[in-house]
Amino acid sequence: MNNILSRNNAEKRFKVYGFLAVSTAIVLLGILLFKIFSTGISAFNQSYIGVKIEINNSINSSEIDPRTELRQQLRNMFPELTTRAEKRTLYSLFSTGATYEFEDLLKANEGKTINGYYYFLASDDVDMYVKGTVKREGDSAGRLMSGQLKILDQFEEQNLVELHINKYLLAGADSREPEMAGIKGAIYGTFYAILIAFITSFPLGVLTAIYLEKLAKKNRLSDIIETNINNLAAVPSIVFGLLGLAIFLNFFDLPRSAPLVGGLTLGLMTLPTIVIAARSAIKSVPPSIEEAAIGLGSSKVQTIFNFTLPLAMPGILTGTIIGIAQAIGETAPLLMIGMVAFVVDIPGGPMDPATALPVQIYLWADSPERAFVERTSAAIMVLLIFLFLLNITAVYLRKKLEKKW
Amino acid sequence: MSIEELKVSIKNLNVFYGEKQALFGINLNIYANEVTSLIGPSGCGKSTLIKCINRMNDLVDICRYNGQIMIDGEDVNDPSTDPVSLRTRIGMVFQKPNPFPKSLYDNVAYGPRLHGMTNSKEDLDELVITSLQKAGLFNEVKDRLFEPGTGLSGGQQQRLCIARALAVNPEIILMDEPCSALDPIATAKIEELIEELKEKYTIVIVTHSMQQAARVSNRTAYMHMGELIESGLTKTIFSNPEHIKTQDYITGRIG
Amino acid sequence: MSIEFILLTIIGLSAYSFYISKKKAAAISAINGAEIHSQPNYHGMYAAFLTISPALVLLIVWSFIEDTIITMRLRDYFSDITEPSIANFYIEGVINFVDDVNSKAMDHVNFFTATEYYKSTMHLNLLLKSIVLVMLTIIALRYSFKLISADFKARDLFEDVVIKVMNIASIFAIFITIGIVLSLLFETLRFFESVPVQDFLFGTHWSPQMSIREDQVGSSGSFGAVPVFTGTILISIIAMSVAGPIGLFSAIYLSQYASNRVRSFAKPIIEVLAGIPTVVYGFFAVITVGPFFREMGIFFDIEGFSSESALIAGSVLGIMIIPFIASLTDDALSAVPRSLKEGSLAMGATLSETTTRVIIPASFHGIVGSFLLAFSRAIGETMIVVMAAGFAANLTANPFDAVTTVTVQIVGLLTGDQEFDSAKTLSAFALAFVLFFLTLILNVISLSIVKKYREQYE
Repeated sequence: MNNILSRNNAEKRFKVYGFLAVSTAIVLLGILLFKIFSTGISAFNQSYIGVKIEINNSINSSEIDPRTELRQQLRNMFPELTTRAEKRTLYSLFSTGATYEFEDLLKANEGKTINGYYYFLASDDVDMYVKGTVKREGDSAGRLMSGQLKILDQFEEQNLVELHINKYLLAGADSREPEMAGIKGAIYGTFYAILIAFITSFPLGVLTAIYLEKLAKKNRLSDIIETNINNLAAVPSIVFGLLGLAIFLNFFDLPRSAPLVGGLTLGLMTLPTIVIAARSAIKSVPPSIEEAAIGLGSSKVQTIFNFTLPLAMPGILTGTIIGIAQAIGETAPLLMIGMVAFVVDIPGGPMDPATALPVQIYLWADSPERAFVERTSAAIMVLLIFLFLLNITAVYLRKKLEKKW
Repeated sequence: MSIEELKVSIKNLNVFYGEKQALFGINLNIYANEVTSLIGPSGCGKSTLIKCINRMNDLVDICRYNGQIMIDGEDVNDPSTDPVSLRTRIGMVFQKPNPFPKSLYDNVAYGPRLHGMTNSKEDLDELVITSLQKAGLFNEVKDRLFEPGTGLSGGQQQRLCIARALAVNPEIILMDEPCSALDPIATAKIEELIEELKEKYTIVIVTHSMQQAARVSNRTAYMHMGELIESGLTKTIFSNPEHIKTQDYITGRIG
Repeated sequence: MSIEFILLTIIGLSAYSFYISKKKAAAISAINGAEIHSQPNYHGMYAAFLTISPALVLLIVWSFIEDTIITMRLRDYFSDITEPSIANFYIEGVINFVDDVNSKAMDHVNFFTATEYYKSTMHLNLLLKSIVLVMLTIIALRYSFKLISADFKARDLFEDVVIKVMNIASIFAIFITIGIVLSLLFETLRFFESVPVQDFLFGTHWSPQMSIREDQVGSSGSFGAVPVFTGTILISIIAMSVAGPIGLFSAIYLSQYASNRVRSFAKPIIEVLAGIPTVVYGFFAVITVGPFFREMGIFFDIEGFSSESALIAGSVLGIMIIPFIASLTDDALSAVPRSLKEGSLAMGATLSETTTRVIIPASFHGIVGSFLLAFSRAIGETMIVVMAAGFAANLTANPFDAVTTVTVQIVGLLTGDQEFDSAKTLSAFALAFVLFFLTLILNVISLSIVKKYREQYE
């Protein structure tokens, strides 16, 4: 007899391997999410520096150049900085966005006077230092030089450096300046593209599924269609990108970088997923209900649209949401059709040049500025939370609407 | 018949699946070298009972039990009892023939290989052949020992499963409705086989067919709704049941 | 008057057709009682369909023809230009000048006569088109209205139309495949006009960068794709050696060992890994896995550990495909009939012995199928490798070296500014063609294995 003890030990080892495998997968997911969220959470705050603004004449904003005036006010705060280099060092602590904020402040106080401390957007280098992402090493910190640090220290001594909510991140479009870059444009791009993808793939997918499941005679053609759809579901997404490039851009001459083309391409990609999900949903409707309807004298088509389709709808919608969620996260096909351009305007429609959220993530991940790392993570957080909500909706729909037979 | 030797004794066994109680205070003695049959309507707990004997119920997450099952004076549920060695001593034949998707030879050699019962290829060959002979299958399949076991007829498959169980030389063989998926001729062969096997083994058989119980078993236990109503010599149970429910079942009033 | 206006008119007429036909059918039904074959609604819908479809078909045909004719006529104005692509460039210039206010005039003697011609022709064309289309719609409307009678089978006819539409929808999926094959094939063939097939498939030097000036030495670029293929295979093998064991053992644990509670908790969590966009994995590779491996490289003193090493991209790719292997293998293991498991356990086998000797052999096809599918995923995955692997094509089997993949090259060749017809751009299509067929073959094999296996236990 084999030693029962060693066999039982082998059994325990095997079980431990399995347990380790599952835990490894879960731990890896945990590390990934933790890394993204811990890096990204700080991007929702933004460093601001307080400046004493004193304008004693009644303000006529059209007459004041905000850039010059803001610099004047800064110089008033630090009369001891006299050389050009020192002054430039002072200005460099602020983002170009500070000028716009100052302009808004002037407009808000049209005809009045201003006297007090107001907070303005700091540059990304200051932001990284304030958040502790870069540490002081010797007399510099990251890209902040000793001169900048000296002035910044004076602001900090007066408690004039604060973290405010980052309003640019969610409400702004892309920018070369990390502190002003936002994902609103990308979200709009994604929205239009997904809308188009849904409009093309959902009706087409559902009609195909109905035809294959309920109307098609079992013959060579229906076999070919079926194999074809199963294989399409596994075609690499980048190949769909090339299809979009060749068909929509080169053949139909549609505009490059437009969400319309991105949406059509993603729609083609999502179609097989929807067909497969819709077919299994339709298959699960018990034939007895259809037989009853046909027995009462309704035609095949009437039965399908009055009974089968409504009953299968929860399943179809669940599958569609999962397919759409995949499409939302897809990047590669969009790179192929040029939705990878640097777009500073919020797109107004599906024909405007735009980028999409995952592509924005890719672009930011590629940017050298340190401050883009946390913003990339923050954009990922937004994407993941949205996908999570979509999936929850899918699960909820399935639970809520699913009839038990 | 020699003096009856107690092989398995079940005392006050309760089994629960989750909240639902499946067996209620079962007491039953099973004697060596006899065939004991369990009869009763579907869902009365016959299969549950025999699966407690070789602890196959461990596989069901939600299954709990209390009470005592002693085999040769050892408690089956004692923490020191290893279910793997326990099952080596107890063969089991299932309702539906379940040969592994391997050759006939590998099916029968499965147990001996696991337990390292033979030292040489020759010994293993011999063990496989004798097991197949004991199961009355050897002559039918001797030319195709290395073909898949799934290619046999239902009755042959079931005898293959019996041969597989015999190969590890168990003391007890549990049979869970072994003939329910078979035709009458195959059933007759299995019943003949059971008759021969009881010379060497203790057999517990769950059956739906009262005729079968009457034909093959020395003792019969009648179960109803998770309770053991009555047990005793088959002759007595069938000719002169003590309990009214047993009588109803035997005469076909409960089905 | 614009094309949108014509469309709206036609749709309006169609809606009107629905209304009057339904009314007429209802009137007939009111006189004849229940004698009418189809419900008034069906009469309406069928009439609306009959009204709108001829105009729509004609509109599509017309648009195609008008494009061809106009281009042909405009070509005459630029007959002095022999190179067709340049002539087309001028023709486009003319069309843009008229249609788009921002477009600038071009330098050619006939440019403004051409634009004048184009403007007047298009004007006439639109007028003619509007009249013909609206007339056609009105005729169709009258015709469909006349058809209605008590025994006119509007319902059957309308349902036939619905079925035809669904039939066409289902065939559309085939067109997608045909579209993929053709679009890849044409560009690939054009690529092979300038680069011989054998150089592409068996050449070992890949540097598609063309030099800026035509006269520069070696301006043709070099298109030996072997290093690209080996790089893809190397990264995919690394990914499989991460995901294979983890996925397989997870599936075994979840299907054989885990209690229902653990299973219902762990399985969705593992599947979350499949729902994370690949660009996120790419970023993860860059900010976490890359630095981690590099530190390990320094710690273990590994020479020449590249920051774009195959190991980094491969491991992250591996994490991504864990759920594919885990869930498909889990399906395969769970499909093995319970009776086999019980049979083996009842023989006194431990669960691990049962798994390795009975359950895995019985589900071997399904497991192989799931591995093949995962492998095909790994080959076709783009974003992770674009972000974590390099563009330099090294022919190496060393996992610490930087390698490139097919998908990385496609992205590199097709993003940014490029002229469309250069060998460099076309080579991306040739690579995609190889990728498509490789994954297609893997998918077909694995799907047929899985299907066959599934039938075995049904």
